[in-house]
Amino acid sequence: MLRQVEGSRAVADAVALCRPEVVCAYPISPQTHIVEALAAHVKSGRLSPCEFVTVESEFAAMSVAIGASAVGARAYTATASQGLLYMAEAVYNASGLGLPIVMTVANRAIGAPINIWNDHSDSMSQRDSGWIQLYAETNQEAADLHVQAFRIAEELSLPVMVCMDGFILTHAWEQVDTPSQEEVDAFLPAYEPRQVLDPADPVSIGAMVGPEAFTEVRYLAHARQMQALELIPDVASRFAEAFGRNSGGLVHPYRTDDAETIVIALGSVLGTIKDTVDEMRRDGVRMGVLGITSFRPFPLDAVRTAVGEARHVVVLEKALAVGIGGIVTANVRMAVTPERVSTVIAGLGGRAITKASLHRMLADAIAGRLEPLTFLDLNHELIGNELARMAAGRRSGPMAENLLRDLGAVASRIG
Amino acid sequence: MPLQPIKFYQTGSFVVGNRLLDPDERAVQARIDRTNSLNCGHRACQGCGEALGARYALDAAMRATGNQMVAVNATGCLEVFSTPYPETSWRIPWLHSLFGNAPAVATGVAAGLKAKGRSDVRVVGQGGDGGTVDIGFGCLSGMFERNDDVLFICYDNEAYMNTGVQRSGATPPAARTTTTPAIGPEPGNVFGQGKNVPAIAMAHEIPYVATATVADLRDLEYKVTRAMDFRGARYLHVLVPCPLGWGSASGDTIRIARLAKESGLFPVFEAEGGEVTDVSKIRRRVPVEDYLRLQTRYAHLFGEHGHPGTVARIQAVADRNIRRFGLVEGE
Repeated sequence: MLRQVEGSRAVADAVALCRPEVVCAYPISPQTHIVEALAAHVKSGRLSPCEFVTVESEFAAMSVAIGASAVGARAYTATASQGLLYMAEAVYNASGLGLPIVMTVANRAIGAPINIWNDHSDSMSQRDSGWIQLYAETNQEAADLHVQAFRIAEELSLPVMVCMDGFILTHAWEQVDTPSQEEVDAFLPAYEPRQVLDPADPVSIGAMVGPEAFTEVRYLAHARQMQALELIPDVASRFAEAFGRNSGGLVHPYRTDDAETIVIALGSVLGTIKDTVDEMRRDGVRMGVLGITSFRPFPLDAVRTAVGEARHVVVLEKALAVGIGGIVTANVRMAVTPERVSTVIAGLGGRAITKASLHRMLADAIAGRLEPLTFLDLNHELIGNELARMAAGRRSGPMAENLLRDLGAVASRIG
Repeated sequence: MPLQPIKFYQTGSFVVGNRLLDPDERAVQARIDRTNSLNCGHRACQGCGEALGARYALDAAMRATGNQMVAVNATGCLEVFSTPYPETSWRIPWLHSLFGNAPAVATGVAAGLKAKGRSDVRVVGQGGDGGTVDIGFGCLSGMFERNDDVLFICYDNEAYMNTGVQRSGATPPAARTTTTPAIGPEPGNVFGQGKNVPAIAMAHEIPYVATATVADLRDLEYKVTRAMDFRGARYLHVLVPCPLGWGSASGDTIRIARLAKESGLFPVFEAEGGEVTDVSKIRRRVPVEDYLRLQTRYAHLFGEHGHPGTVARIQAVADRNIRRFGLVEGE
């Protein structure tokens, strides 16, 4: 059913259709609307049987999901930013135990300075946690990815993180097609765990493994992610058959066939990039876009194929590996010859990524003027002022406050 | 091993020999159908109070639940000595996740079972004092506050024994640990710190809170069984001496646990809905010195360079417990 609906609500409705048996909720912006909507689903009896557990922390949220999943219940939670970091130990534990938990990450920056707006620092920090990571471009895809995520997770006994841009998607009202319960039931089989805590057949789960087999256990985690490289497109095509639309998969190439320059990105910014590319195409620039939906596992072959012979690859990243630069870039450079690839850090802490900025940056890229590492719309004057203050005296004070004082901003603004 | 003569008479500790009782009244551990939840072959130290407590507690829980039970274990000695794969001493469904999340994982197990229509399967969470009073405390309090259907058992040996005897929030005053060395003007752990988790559990007004020691294993079995009569959050705090960490003889574990109770240092009681409903009276009151002297963690308090004033302060703690809980008949 097509509806004009908030992204969080669309995701909550899609999750409810997947019949999770345990939902763990701890509030953190910008994820809160998802669990609020799920609370209503459970409390109204529309989603039943389901235990809605209002936990005392994100660490507990993931831990409750671990316990629920270990008795064979379908478990779901949602978080963002500091919350994802607070649960990090349990995030690794869930994947290590092979528990197919599905979690939404409403992508948000990580402090300090505290910042509630969107970037990918949070989920990128967990890229090596053993979870599958899928990034949604639109609210429709975000909703659809959750339906696919449960199927992928349960088939592989691996947890799946569905990442959607905080506020930009979670709080945006868009047209979203929500499938019927019958359609989702037909697509998503009941969860059959490989291991389960059952009094009729007692097993010990989570015991210690020493050096004699630890490498092999980790290798098998990798091997299952490599299986996911096959399964994710397969589930996406089955989803397309069942629901009549393309969502998910490993990558989304857009006008890449004859492109000399390809922009690679994840998430909602792809829309702005595609619009920019369309405009540049009208001016005769052979430009394409490659959206990466599956960041873990990283689809090396699919990226290599999509990039083809393009001369420039610009990786636009909403996260920064401080001290080196790009995170996605490091992965892309394993797929294509590294010399072609440059990094653009953009949209940190919610800074708007505008078509005007993209045009300027891509013009530089075409002209060969783009540095290997570029910060989009960086305010050099602001940085110069602060560096001067720091050079002038030891007690220069809180850096973030100084910058805001220079700007004269009375409150943080988006864009 | 010397032959242990079977005693057909009342033993010196007021415990009735099982053979005099009807089968239904015998200890769970004395029954032929006990589950051996924590089976032999594990790697606990000789005289380990935690292994003893866990075995009795879980066998009693299994009996109370008709063997329909899942256990969740925090990281710690109990987890490590019982399991390195492929060996496991657990004959029950058993899950270890992390050090600090056992109460929350237990909540998840209970929630999952409820959603699956298996409320007949009960959940026990367990951990040492570190996993309970320190790193797991947030999750424990959350589980209590939501009144989740979990019995959480803390096997309290009063320090981080698995990592080599470091101080925890349950380490008593003056005790030597590797992070509270017996040096300086006030050797050992400082006074005025640490937390009383049974009291904090009671403050949550959960259905059932109890304490026990491995000196009275029938009482431990009773309290586990009683806990299973309730739905909702329940907490059992069991004092389990640790020969390694306490510096006591491995043959003295039960004796030391008994002295902890008989001195008043460890009050043994039951509470329902935040109110104390029963206390185990002290039968033969002993000075705390009798308890302290058996443990090298308190060795610095005695001898030529001892600290009699500190012993007196510990005695005052015991006396306060006795007054507060009415542990001595007529006082």
